[in-house]
Amino acid sequence: MKKTYQSIFLLCFLNINVAQALLEIEVNKGIESAMPIAILPIKSGSAQQAALLESVVYSNLYRSGLFAMTDKKQHPQTQVTNTDIHYDVWRNLGVEALVSMSFQDHEGEQLKLQIELYDLVRKRRVIGRSIMFEKTILRRVAHKISDVIFEQLTGIRGAFSTRIAYISETVDQQSDKSYQLLVADSDGYNPKAIFTSSKQLMSPSWSPDGKKLTYVSFENDRAEIFLQDVVSGERSIISNQPGINSAPAWSPSGDYLALTLSFSGSPDIYIMDMRSKKLRQLTTHYGIDTEPSWTPDGRYLLFTSNRSGSPQIYKVPALGGEPVRITFSGNYNAAAAVSPDGEYVAMVHNSGDGFRIALTDINGNQFRLVTDGVLDEAPSFAPNSSMIIYSTRHRKGIILSAVSVDGKVKQRLSLQKGKVREPAWSPFK
Amino acid sequence: MFKIKTVLLVLLTLLFIAGCASKQVKPNGDTSSSSSDNKTGTSVSIEDSEGATSAGLNDDADIVLDELDDPASDLFIRTIYFDYDSSNIRDDSIIVVRGHGKYLSENTQRVLRLEGHADERGTREYNLALGEERAKSVKEIMIIEGATAQQIEVVSFGEERPAVEGEDDESLKLNRRVEIVY
Repeated sequence: MKKTYQSIFLLCFLNINVAQALLEIEVNKGIESAMPIAILPIKSGSAQQAALLESVVYSNLYRSGLFAMTDKKQHPQTQVTNTDIHYDVWRNLGVEALVSMSFQDHEGEQLKLQIELYDLVRKRRVIGRSIMFEKTILRRVAHKISDVIFEQLTGIRGAFSTRIAYISETVDQQSDKSYQLLVADSDGYNPKAIFTSSKQLMSPSWSPDGKKLTYVSFENDRAEIFLQDVVSGERSIISNQPGINSAPAWSPSGDYLALTLSFSGSPDIYIMDMRSKKLRQLTTHYGIDTEPSWTPDGRYLLFTSNRSGSPQIYKVPALGGEPVRITFSGNYNAAAAVSPDGEYVAMVHNSGDGFRIALTDINGNQFRLVTDGVLDEAPSFAPNSSMIIYSTRHRKGIILSAVSVDGKVKQRLSLQKGKVREPAWSPFK
Repeated sequence: MFKIKTVLLVLLTLLFIAGCASKQVKPNGDTSSSSSDNKTGTSVSIEDSEGATSAGLNDDADIVLDELDDPASDLFIRTIYFDYDSSNIRDDSIIVVRGHGKYLSENTQRVLRLEGHADERGTREYNLALGEERAKSVKEIMIIEGATAQQIEVVSFGEERPAVEGEDDESLKLNRRVEIVY
């Protein structure tokens, strides 16, 4: 009951502040053990700036599922300082941490913000910092502050400042389709189209420095791989061999790109040296081999193959060798993604009742489902390995969702029209 | 909804036939221009005398009675359907595929494109590969029937260009296909 109330409250909160956003966030499910925290209302600065900062930090922490937000009406103090904070009063409410933010200077184009975090259990201030910034980047600053608070309270590096690339498909009034490659903040706000085409787009993949994206474009009526600089927008063609050119995946070092090519007869995995553009064939089976994904140490690749009759995940050394099958549950396991910490493999799984996201360890053991949709696809890990973003069918069309690796926390980032799919979570900067 | 689909289908079919018909004109045009080349080639050393003119009939073009667009022919069927996650040619399609292969072997100037597609189930990249496998299965049988690899271009669109939008079994069935495009 309490959770439902919080969801509605959060949605209202977001709608007021950002009418232009194409994505909205809903938290479906929380964790019982969430840490109760309080965020004090910001008393200084313009009302608009204060509301934006407060709502972004609030929703970031809330949607992680790790925190329960204390109702403002219950706050015993509306402002605190290091010397007048009433630790015992706050503790009696069960609150464990307190966030206090204030604008020191808000005239002109520059803003100065003071941020403090109090550990109410140990009764001490654990963060006290200030930051100067151009007011146009307030939202980015709010994500950065969320990262700092999150890391202090959980010990896990925050990923709120990272970005998500995805593909959208929209239909105009003349029934003409338009495809876009977009990059948005991790909460779905500030979506920017970096490539638009009347032909299909697929499979965005971030370079490990977060500066470039590779993707598949059908602009020449066949699947070809392109590379685009995210900041400058400059683009070039990476692979246009006969047959299909698809499934690009950067090696963790950024020196190589794994890709699927079929010019030799059947789709196989190749490794391209990004400096010389030379190709090395990694798999040679006559069936389908595709969807390569690197382990974070760069020593192995996982890929999808139907060599056993149905699509399953295989593991092969990056320098070549005999592939080993690692999935044995269900008749469809594909599109493996390895978590950046190397702990988990996420994949699209089907045992007959729908396509869902499943997790295993790196050797395919400890299989478990983390979603329950009918067409869940394209899993991609947050750079801190805490969440998986994926696409799912919803009454509104195809939307993006995220789920925590323990399956307990779910978020929905739903585009208001059209279809959004194939999310790719950026690396840390 | 059904009506719109039907109208669209009819329109598409008409457009398709119109497209094929206009392509038919080309070979004839090419042939006639090459016969005029012949004229200059054989009679180049003899200039017409003053007051005398010679002319060729220029009617050497082959007259082709093409069976490709006969609605009663199996060649009129241009879409081959597949089972889920399969690139095997079904028994009900094999005659059609063979017919097109035989047609190519008898009409060596003809070329076609095989466009492989998949339904929306499963991952997009796997489906791109599956679409290509399907088109290649069709190509293999055509080659057995005497077509040459040079006559057949293969391209896959995976699940990216569905024939019909829809999540029901009937829509999925119509999307698992190879389109034969002359």
